[in-house]
Amino acid sequence: MTTKQFGTLTVEVDADGHLARRTDWNQNLAKIIAREEGIDTLTDRHWTVINYMRKEFDAHGDAPSIRKLTKESGVDTKELYALFPKGPAKKAAKIAGLPKPKGCI
Amino acid sequence: MTGSANEPIKRVSIIVSHGSLEGIYPGLIMSNGARMEGIEASLFFTFFGLYGIMEKTMDSLRVATVGNPAMRVPDAKGFPLPTVLGAIPGMSAFATSMMKKEMERLDIPPVREFLTMIHDAGGEIYACKASVDMFHLTRNDFCKEVDGIISVGTFYEKAAGGQIIFT
Repeated sequence: MTTKQFGTLTVEVDADGHLARRTDWNQNLAKIIAREEGIDTLTDRHWTVINYMRKEFDAHGDAPSIRKLTKESGVDTKELYALFPKGPAKKAAKIAGLPKPKGCI
Repeated sequence: MTGSANEPIKRVSIIVSHGSLEGIYPGLIMSNGARMEGIEASLFFTFFGLYGIMEKTMDSLRVATVGNPAMRVPDAKGFPLPTVLGAIPGMSAFATSMMKKEMERLDIPPVREFLTMIHDAGGEIYACKASVDMFHLTRNDFCKEVDGIISVGTFYEKAAGGQIIFT
């Protein structure tokens, strides 16, 4: 298992660079990961997506599909892609401290 | 040559040439999947693939049960369906409803909703000019997500620097 330094914190990450242990996650770490992913500031809308994804993962063991996410979180497809440019599902999952989503949709 | 094995794909152009349900979906799933990964994606509908973006036909696409020797019942692990039985009235409708049920379970949207999703995600959607002319169609025959009716030449221009996938 590789480790990675985020700010002053060193945590274990998986092969995709996502947090290996969810317990390492906190809001501050999310902000640091977001900055690495090119998102300077996490707005309330970002947090809506992140919190929804964490809730879904707790309930189902995988990140939600984009379709489910846009239907249930109140953030539509266009906004989602604007919030997390270049790969919303993967990026949001990474910032939320979750593994890379397994689904295709 | 563009790209190498460890360089991520930046752009895909996907050609959809078949008008059955199973002919349309792979292109939709792959282009949506590309956008989810941050890959630029465009869809080019040609020949019967145009039925996937035509207002009149896009909501009633069916699985082909005739001329489809791979078909098995009741599912992929079942018995091969003798091809002649695929022609029985209602067989295609039955196979279609079975497949749609499974897709809904997997959260795969209906064609119209899927196209909106891909378009909202920044995917581009085009109709092939030669096919449009051949079928005597105009812009008004297509759903609003269609970005234009373009020639093969324009398609190649737009595909420049990326990968082309034919389905």
